[in-house]
Amino acid sequence: MLEEVQVQALARLARIQLEAPEVPAMVAQLARILTLIDEMNAVDTSGVEPLAHPLELVARRRPDQVTEIDQRAVFQATAPQVQDGHYLVPRVLE
Amino acid sequence: MEYPTTVAALSAGLARGDYSSRELTQFFLARIAARDAHLNSFITVLPEQALATADAADRSRRAGAAGPLSGIPYANKDIFCTKGTRTSCASRMLDTFIAPYDATVVARLHDAGMVMLGKTNMDEFAMGSSNETSFYGPCRNPWDRTCVPGGSSGGSASAVGARLVPFATGTDTGGSIRLPAAFCGISGLKPTYGRVSRYGMIAFASSLDQGGPMATTAEDLALTLNAMGGFDPRDSTSAEAAAEDFTASLRQPLAGLRIGLPREFFDAQLDPQIGDCLQAAAAQLELLGATCREVSLPSTAYAVPAYYIISSAECSSNLSRYDGVRFGHRCEQPQDLTDLYLRSRGEGFGAEVKRRILVGTYALSTGYYDAYYAQAQKLRRLIKQDFQRVLSEVDLIAGPTAPTVAFKLGQKTADPVAMYLSDIYTTAVNLAGLPALSIPAGVVDGLPVGLQLIGTYFDEARLLNVAHQYQCATDWHLRSPLFED
Repeated sequence: MLEEVQVQALARLARIQLEAPEVPAMVAQLARILTLIDEMNAVDTSGVEPLAHPLELVARRRPDQVTEIDQRAVFQATAPQVQDGHYLVPRVLE
Repeated sequence: MEYPTTVAALSAGLARGDYSSRELTQFFLARIAARDAHLNSFITVLPEQALATADAADRSRRAGAAGPLSGIPYANKDIFCTKGTRTSCASRMLDTFIAPYDATVVARLHDAGMVMLGKTNMDEFAMGSSNETSFYGPCRNPWDRTCVPGGSSGGSASAVGARLVPFATGTDTGGSIRLPAAFCGISGLKPTYGRVSRYGMIAFASSLDQGGPMATTAEDLALTLNAMGGFDPRDSTSAEAAAEDFTASLRQPLAGLRIGLPREFFDAQLDPQIGDCLQAAAAQLELLGATCREVSLPSTAYAVPAYYIISSAECSSNLSRYDGVRFGHRCEQPQDLTDLYLRSRGEGFGAEVKRRILVGTYALSTGYYDAYYAQAQKLRRLIKQDFQRVLSEVDLIAGPTAPTVAFKLGQKTADPVAMYLSDIYTTAVNLAGLPALSIPAGVVDGLPVGLQLIGTYFDEARLLNVAHQYQCATDWHLRSPLFED
């Protein structure tokens, strides 16, 4: 059974802050979703190869040519905070 | 002036010179202005840009360079990137995001001369079956505004259903084109995985996501798929299928067509009145020359749980890109880098997106991987094998799109599992990567019923042929909700 401490640990792993009022409903709903998902375990799948992709494609190759152009300014126009062409984040090293 | 409702008829009118693209565009923009306040099917409307595109289409027609879709207004689901205008994915996370490029689908429709009127509402990051998880508020069903339009492409379905546009794009990861098409009484096609480029289509679950057309008729789906689909070197999973004209075989008779009706789709969860509509639809297809027989898809019973593991696992990975650093929502005054990630994502994502990321994180974590993710992938193979076996015996599979007609707003928001079970007849198709469409096939309690047709890989032409023949013999697709402007 899923418990609050586990859900908080998962949220931390996924880098999502859950506010206190969100937590009880999240725990209950995740538990309910996992009950639905556990229905899968009724099927004996021994000997079945996992299928990762519907078409089982082989990755295509292309010539090793530079096709991208420099669009740094365009991409950084949508960034929350940039300076001198760099993305700014809080100080990591003191 | 009263304009026709289909892309095909509008195209013929433009070619005859009955009206210009500017006149059409003004008409549909006025209709959006008059009706959409009741529906909330658009997140963004682009009148000036649309009129400029319409004028360009009129000029190219005068120069003799107009194709069949030139000058026809349409809308894009707000999951397709559009250069220079906001692409929000109905999330606070992308509320101010302006993509630096067009999705391949958008670029191709633009190259075909189509006129984008705006971006449609949807469930946040396409996660939902009712269009109620949108940051911009729920969209409503034009047949009954107290009901949901279905999701996740609810805005596109509602807009086409209310005749605000003759055509809109959608995406379908677990039923997100077919379910809203069924709920809003329109036609919607989820193509074979790989048929339509995913380049510039914001990723939810990359092995399942597929874009497709939503319109009033199967003929319009064929016309628009011609422009939307095709190989794209920018999408690593784009199929190298030969180009096809999907309108070429629409008029073929159905004599000799073999249709399978899966026993598992006519189960206790199906509203019996919908079952009656589908039996009548099967009888109609038999009148047109097809033969129907019962088939079995035993593993599809496990499609919903397998789907929620695989799609959530892929979602938790895909949505890790929203970090508050390069684009998207960023929290105020982060204390450190971890705080920046935690609060930007905690504030930027809504509850359903958070639930799915957490389910995916759980399923992929050490100790649970084999029991959840690996087991789901094995079931995925069994589901695909079921379809392959049945589709070697029949030409296509017919059944319900959804177990019920459109439900009330708020009816299932407190119980995610009840919401997920709206997709019991659609998710298996995405796991297998097959093409499928939904077309109107009846009305129950004043709300439309969807008939789902599932075909074999890259057999969209046959699905569209069967749907078109059915629509030539019936008028369910012509019914539309009454509106007082």
